[in-house]
Amino acid sequence: MEFYQSNKVDDFESPDFYQIDDLLTEEHLLIRQSVRDFIKKEVSPIIEDAAQKAAFPAYLVKKFGEMGLFGPTIPEKYGAGGLDYIAYGLMMQEVERGDSGLRSMASVQGSLVMYPIYEYGSEEQRLKYLPKLASGEYLGCFGLTEPDFGSNPAGMKTRIEDKGDYYLLNGSKMWISNAPMADIAVVWAKNEQGRIKGLIVERGMEGFSTPEIHQKWSLRASCTGELVFDNVKVPKENLLPSADGLRGPLGCLDSARYGIAWGALGAAMDCYDSAKKYALERIQFDKPIASFQLVQKKLAEMLTEITKAQLICWRLGMLKNAGKATTAQISLAKRNNVDIALKIAREARQLHGGMGITGEYPIMRHLMNLESVVTYEGTHDIHLLILGAEITGISAFK
Amino acid sequence: MKILVCITNVPDTTAKISFIDGDTKFNKTGVQYICGPYDDYALSRAVELKEQHGGTVTVLNVGEAESEQVIRKCLAIGADDAIRVNTEPTDSYFVAEQIAHIASQENYDLILMGRESIDFNSGVVHGLVGEMLGIPSLSPVMKLEIDGGVAKMTREIEGGKEDVEASLPLVLGCQEPIAEWKIPNMRGIMSARTKPLKVVEPVGSGLTITEKYALPAPKGAVKMIPAEEAEKLIDLLKNEAKVL
Ligand SMILES: Cc1cc2nc3c(=O)[nH]c(=O)nc-3n(C[C@H](O)[C@H](O)[C@H](O)COP(=O)(O)OP(=O)(O)OC[C@H]3O[C@@H](n4cnc5c(N)ncnc54)[C@H](O)[C@@H]3O)c2cc1C
Ligand SMILES: Cc1cc2nc3c(=O)[nH]c(=O)nc-3n(C[C@H](O)[C@H](O)[C@H](O)COP(=O)(O)OP(=O)(O)OC[C@H]3O[C@@H](n4cnc5c(N)ncnc54)[C@H](O)[C@@H]3O)c2cc1C
Repeated sequence: MEFYQSNKVDDFESPDFYQIDDLLTEEHLLIRQSVRDFIKKEVSPIIEDAAQKAAFPAYLVKKFGEMGLFGPTIPEKYGAGGLDYIAYGLMMQEVERGDSGLRSMASVQGSLVMYPIYEYGSEEQRLKYLPKLASGEYLGCFGLTEPDFGSNPAGMKTRIEDKGDYYLLNGSKMWISNAPMADIAVVWAKNEQGRIKGLIVERGMEGFSTPEIHQKWSLRASCTGELVFDNVKVPKENLLPSADGLRGPLGCLDSARYGIAWGALGAAMDCYDSAKKYALERIQFDKPIASFQLVQKKLAEMLTEITKAQLICWRLGMLKNAGKATTAQISLAKRNNVDIALKIAREARQLHGGMGITGEYPIMRHLMNLESVVTYEGTHDIHLLILGAEITGISAFK
Repeated sequence: MKILVCITNVPDTTAKISFIDGDTKFNKTGVQYICGPYDDYALSRAVELKEQHGGTVTVLNVGEAESEQVIRKCLAIGADDAIRVNTEPTDSYFVAEQIAHIASQENYDLILMGRESIDFNSGVVHGLVGEMLGIPSLSPVMKLEIDGGVAKMTREIEGGKEDVEASLPLVLGCQEPIAEWKIPNMRGIMSARTKPLKVVEPVGSGLTITEKYALPAPKGAVKMIPAEEAEKLIDLLKNEAKVL
């Protein structure tokens, strides 16, 4: 599909009110700048058209791979980055600053497909799949959610049966990012003993199909679909040997949610930057609207929340680097940052007046996108329950 | 082919310009530095030529330690190594002297520069270096192909373009569309960690002392005069703007 190339200049600048840049290395700053330049060049000119058409710009997958945006924390030996978690966070921030749908595509590829293959896969599986996923030759997807099991994945119905030379896979997955275009899927299913296992399912296997979910009002530039398994014979060597139980998929989610905390911050910064510039230019009652106290209140609160979120991300990144970040700490960051991003997007939308509902500005797109981000990878309330369980030692899920 | 690319470390085009120490020094606080945009074109073309013909690309900057961030970016884009002449470059002649000194120690086939820096905008360093080394220099070059020992170029001239050929070695000042700017990828950034960056001391010393910097007067508001009131326009040009 052809996309219209807008010639509108993307002049995004990120706020750094607490000089958090001083906490970053020169290399981190170069990574952030390079990804920002890449997004301005490749994504900003087409993203509005892609979102309006609800079409996934599939040609970007190879470009993302070439840029090194997939699995940056996975060792270089497997064709990936070998970078740290701050670098990964900054990349996700910049990509989502462009669009949450493309960040979702990159998060799924890196954290939900490459990560489990690296973490739970055999050396043969790593060498077979990781370089192709890192380069963008392959696009992957992650199948956990089912039509009847979203927040409660432990209840999943998808099943594998050991048939001697292969596993027989039956069931279906719902709301799967990248599914319609994916070359491979990391699928979670229960074995005869009811243990959750991970498998690599390849496009082309008989009985495997990926129907697209249409008419989304959110993440329109990302493709979402179902995974349907009708007596799919999965070779035994496609089972991830080290994944056993719900801990397998949850480990992947920790890594992806960490990226989302940074990504949502990127979307928030884009809304703030656009609102600030618009408020200074837009004249009403003979003055820039930025001169009114109510407008200043909105901008001041946005900057306050962005600054807090930046500090959360940075600290969490340092904990990740030290191997010390806990699931509950990641929940706090994901929940908070997506929440403030949604609020900032709503306020920014109002500051843009009528213009705020058009594709002339990125706000409405971010706003709609963030409605998915607040739901997937653990809903806003589920993360609250994770925190609640952490504080009290009492699980309130059931 | 051995290529030397000379790059400047200059304030970003959106930087707010102010001065300190009684207007004798540029105020660097809060200013973001970038590689000169024309230098970026030169580097991008150098990397492409290396990909086509093999060889090496060396980046050279005459500047202080703070330039190293921009030098690393050049290495991430694809240069093989870098040299920094450790000094505050106070004028074009001094900079040219340093570049010529470094260049004379190696046999570079091409010395690529930007058509001009974007802070002092003199557009003279390439000419000076060419003279100092006794080799031809051309600027602004908007197209460059290498065929054997000959460079085939298109140069911008007053009101048009000219196609020229010259044999190597050469000094060239580059501008768009000689190449597309390159954005470093993660692999490039990682490999830049271990590429050599040599720091050398300058030869000679700069002759220029800056007495005072001043900002240009702010631009006045635009006055619109309808076409039918041409006399009014002439009057304003004569008596208010005093340009006629
Ligand atoms: C665009 C998009 C892309 C997605 N991509 C993927 C993907 O790639 N792979 C994948 O596996 N999944 C994916 N998902 C699925 C996503 O993770 C689920 O939608 C999410 O986990 C919520 O599940 P659900 O939709 O079934 O909602 P439900 O679990 O039915 O929740 C509905 C509401 O009930 C609330 N709720 C549920 N349980 C409780 C409780 N115990 N206490 C209080 N409140 C509760 C929830 O907070 C929510 O508000 C995607 C979803 C979307 C929208
Ligand atoms: C007080 C002062 C401080 C300065 N501090 C720095 C600094 O810290 N770092 C820094 O890089 N520059 C610094 N500059 C130098 C300035 O950026 C110019 O590069 C220099 O003055 C030459 O300007 P020009 O307009 O004559 O160059 P032009 O003739 O317009 O430049 C043409 C081309 O020559 C090459 N070139 C020019 N200058 C250099 C250089 N310094 N190193 C390598 N190649 C070059 C580039 O390819 C450039 O595109 C400083 C200048 C002054 C006066």
